[in-house]
Amino acid sequence: MKRLIILAALVAAQPTLADSNLPPAYWANRQLPDAKAEAKAQALMEELRCLVCQGQSIADSDAELAGDMRDLVRRRIAAGEKPSAIRAWLIERYGTWISYKPGDEPAAWPLWLAPLALLLAGAWLIRKRIGLRLKR
Amino acid sequence: MSRKLRLIPIVLLLWLVAGLAWRLVKPADTAVPSQMVARPVPAFALAPAIRGKPGLAAADLATGQPRLLNVFGSWCVPCIGEAPVLAELKRRGAKIDGIAVRDTPDALAAFLARNGDPYERIGADRQSEAQIAFGSSGVPETFLIDGKGVIRRQYIGALTASNIPGVLHELEKAR
Repeated sequence: MKRLIILAALVAAQPTLADSNLPPAYWANRQLPDAKAEAKAQALMEELRCLVCQGQSIADSDAELAGDMRDLVRRRIAAGEKPSAIRAWLIERYGTWISYKPGDEPAAWPLWLAPLALLLAGAWLIRKRIGLRLKR
Repeated sequence: MSRKLRLIPIVLLLWLVAGLAWRLVKPADTAVPSQMVARPVPAFALAPAIRGKPGLAAADLATGQPRLLNVFGSWCVPCIGEAPVLAELKRRGAKIDGIAVRDTPDALAAFLARNGDPYERIGADRQSEAQIAFGSSGVPETFLIDGKGVIRRQYIGALTASNIPGVLHELEKAR
């Protein structure tokens, strides 16, 4: 009987939320009325990394901090600020970690050099194969 | 294909498994440190978070004396565990201000009544704006700010009793 009551109590179980009770910020889940500005904001939000759900962009994340960052991005875009300036402002605070867009820092060099290296490797491979066939 | 070449996939597999096992045993550090450390406090001005206690602005953090700035919220569970540590730091002479992230006056008053109130000023950061300006990525976090208003250190996560001597030492150094 005791066990049954405990089991029945599970029906009334509630998840514990690690979130505040405040509603999302005004522009967190609302598009800007100007389509061009909204497109700019959307493009930038997809390139900014969420601090909570690391690996998601702030455009994808349901975290409250991501919502507040979307609000910040949309308000600044609506005020006429350039996306590159907003990105720079955030990088000033969180480092290049916050941006998915690779810059020119040394850690990103392999990324930029990889296509070139693969292209050269491919050319070398083709040359070798054609050379083989010509010899035959 | 030579015998040695045939070993390559096995070696690659072992390398992969070893890499995965290593990260399972020693998970990567997911904390994002603020780049604002060693720089002046960013410009911000927050309204009072509860009645009877002033709000917080950048100028309040450059008073000639080192201060602690605690980023917290009444909805944050680790902040409850941190409260006695902040109380002890206050008892030993630390000046503490707070930024209450996404909070309501009622919830905050209840939190302070229950867990103690070590704060001289508390700013209401309803949209995490000040938090983002500081480069803080969650609650709780604590910034150590010197008398000139320059951020000296950032403590990510709840302070524990073992942090107390270190924090007091850093406060003394920032004098």
